[in-house]
Amino acid sequence: MERGFGLKTSGRAKELSNAAFTGRRVLDLTTPLGHLCGKILADLGADVIKIEPPAGDAGRFRSPFYSDNTGASHSLFWLAYNNNKRGITLNLESGDGRALLARLAQQADFLLESFPPGCMDSLGIGYEKLAAANPELVYTAITPFGQTGPYRDFQGDDLEIMALSGVMSLTGHPGRTPLRISLAQSEAWASLYGAMGALTALRHRQESGRGQFVDVSAQAACVILCAHAPWFWDYNREIPSREGEFMTGRTITGAKFRTVWPCRDGYLTFIIYGGPAGQKTNRALTEWMDSHGCAPEFMKQKDWDRFDVATITQPEVDRTEEAIGKFFVNLTKQEFIKGGLERGMLGYPISTAADILADGQLTSRNFWQMVQLPGCAEPVRFPGPFAKFSNMDCGEIRLAAPALGEHNSAVYGGELGVSERELQRMRAARII
Amino acid sequence: MNNQALDGIVVVEFAAFAAGPCIGKYMANFGAFVVRVESASRPDGFRAHYPPFKDNKKGVNRSGVFAFNNDSVYSVGVNLKAPGGLDIAKKLAAKADVIIENFTPGTMKKLGLGYDVLSQPNPGLIMLSTCNMGQTGPRAQHPGFGSQLTSLSGFTNLAGEPGGAPVIVYGPYIDYVAVGFGYVAIMAALEYRHHTGNGQYIDLAQYENGIHFLAPAILQQQLLGSSPERDGNRHEFAAPHNAYPCAGKDAWCTISVFDDAEWQRLVDVMDRPAWAASVRFATQLSRKQNEAELDALLSEWTRTKSAGELMNLLQKAGVHAANVHSIPELFTDPQLAHRRFWRPVNHKEVGVHQAEMPAFDLSLTPAADPQPDPCLCEHTEMVLKKLLGLTDKEIEALEAQGAVEFESAAGNH
Repeated sequence: MERGFGLKTSGRAKELSNAAFTGRRVLDLTTPLGHLCGKILADLGADVIKIEPPAGDAGRFRSPFYSDNTGASHSLFWLAYNNNKRGITLNLESGDGRALLARLAQQADFLLESFPPGCMDSLGIGYEKLAAANPELVYTAITPFGQTGPYRDFQGDDLEIMALSGVMSLTGHPGRTPLRISLAQSEAWASLYGAMGALTALRHRQESGRGQFVDVSAQAACVILCAHAPWFWDYNREIPSREGEFMTGRTITGAKFRTVWPCRDGYLTFIIYGGPAGQKTNRALTEWMDSHGCAPEFMKQKDWDRFDVATITQPEVDRTEEAIGKFFVNLTKQEFIKGGLERGMLGYPISTAADILADGQLTSRNFWQMVQLPGCAEPVRFPGPFAKFSNMDCGEIRLAAPALGEHNSAVYGGELGVSERELQRMRAARII
Repeated sequence: MNNQALDGIVVVEFAAFAAGPCIGKYMANFGAFVVRVESASRPDGFRAHYPPFKDNKKGVNRSGVFAFNNDSVYSVGVNLKAPGGLDIAKKLAAKADVIIENFTPGTMKKLGLGYDVLSQPNPGLIMLSTCNMGQTGPRAQHPGFGSQLTSLSGFTNLAGEPGGAPVIVYGPYIDYVAVGFGYVAIMAALEYRHHTGNGQYIDLAQYENGIHFLAPAILQQQLLGSSPERDGNRHEFAAPHNAYPCAGKDAWCTISVFDDAEWQRLVDVMDRPAWAASVRFATQLSRKQNEAELDALLSEWTRTKSAGELMNLLQKAGVHAANVHSIPELFTDPQLAHRRFWRPVNHKEVGVHQAEMPAFDLSLTPAADPQPDPCLCEHTEMVLKKLLGLTDKEIEALEAQGAVEFESAAGNH
């Protein structure tokens, strides 16, 4: 049960000696809604202890899975967002479990949780209780809608959060079903705002010595996905909606522009822009097309330096897009990115995971972290540092996601001084 | 004791559009003193040509998308092309704890405002450069907008109906991923400085930030040789799991059911129609197998209902459900209102409009009520006096050289 396959299987994680949060202790009690939050703090050097119920965190059961050389299955979601954390089991339904949590919280800098609002209070280990013993504790709660308010007790998974954020009304085809992104995104957004909140509170603690309660709403976090759409309503009482593969709202003529284009091996993103970058792009594209004999006369005659996207009419857009579309459909994604780079053009391919893994830009920046997983001949590439700091370590993967209870002995035995005999009793009683 | 978590932090922005300024805005919401360096000769693209504009009239102080990314910050007019202007920029940088810039890589250095120059007199300086590709690598100089970078990072490929072409992901999605990571990076650097006294330079690639949000797909490609695909609103095992049409124009309610007990609760709310008793919908797996038929039957039931009422009814019964908010409904949503997520500001040219607050609340040091987004060069005098201690006379001399700019002149552009 405690057989792990981490880069290091027991004891303390290798410390980043020169990171922002070296020596900081994080108790991560989150469900999948908050996993990335703990990982961000771990990537910055904190000692993050993932605390799971004895049956395992829900993230371990998220598909898809890969099987290692012993036949054991591992959730890819779990592996992605729980590396750099240590892992212990703890049954918060038991009095002994709650007492252990309270002891751990006395030594912690941060606590992260994403239980339904009021859950920790009802267990007697809510913020007030823990802060009384450790006033410096920064306690971050990440929930679908927040700790209070009319939706507090609503059921909210990714689909509900996305719906109530407004962004689905902007995604999909006009008149047809509003869509979410097919890989759940609200958890990452909620986690990111959780990390922002926790670190803002830490900054205050530097000055005041006081921790505080950080209340994060996933719904509120995802409203940012509507970007500036709310101001069409706020300023002008216009209602932005979804346009499928097209975009409007850029002209005084009401013209709509294609944004998604089929190409030889997939799709590209390109849009007819104005402004200096757009003018340059349109001119360069016309020349590129012309070098293949694909530029119609009207595009060659056009004075792109004076091109104003705001006044273009729909027939002109259609005519230009028809010619561009015929050119793009014979390009590969690689040719598009290479040709665009050489010509300083706007536009990128619509990448798949395979395209991203093959991208030389990322390898040249040493973005990938190589992690050896059991049963895999080759090391597996994990996303690396989210930023490169000139003086500080960040994002090195020094510990793979923990096996269930992998660090129970190290944490309970080594740090809290629980004897081996007592540990066995706790295991038998399902306290850990 | 501080009233605000970031009181006393001075931020100077050489930034435009979303990815830089929105970080500064969030810091201002928590008490930082945030100054954007601007010039009428080269206004932020959002001010210049990106809708919406108030009453659809263009103007540098009338942009909604600028307002969204810049509430609570100050605008100082500095012409970096004038020698005196560059000097003022350096003096402002010398007073800064944090600089945020999102020019094309190398631009700050060319201007004479690289980190090595600015940190010389100010070794505690933290400088964040945020751009599409990062400061290095073969494509560092490739220009691009966030809406397209969202495609390169893999998001657009996952939006759409199964088997159909991708649909566009609204707005510059990835810019806001990078705003979050950029904010975190600055907070981390402030903590590092707190312990060591040292500032540092931060190179943030928005492309790389986006990949963190798709990490499971990156692993799936390598470990299983497959990748997630466009799948509408469908879920691995939950069914129903979709948005269903309701009464009214473009009104929809999502319903999702994760186990048999939740299905039973849904059936009860529907008053147990005969079709729901079919073996084709009796279990999790059978519902998933017959999902298309289930969607059609559920749609018949939802079609005559109010989406908002249906959400409340189903949630009360313990069933996952949500109104698909239209943009206007965001402003009447009772939960967002409860959190005071939208707060009014009174902008001198636009009038009263809404500002969007961060998604986290702090119990001890909550966000302050926002100030309106600045008019172009609105705070030149205040900033020069407050941060640099300049006198009226010195400011007049700078204005005569064309080194600094003021609102009245700027407004005419």
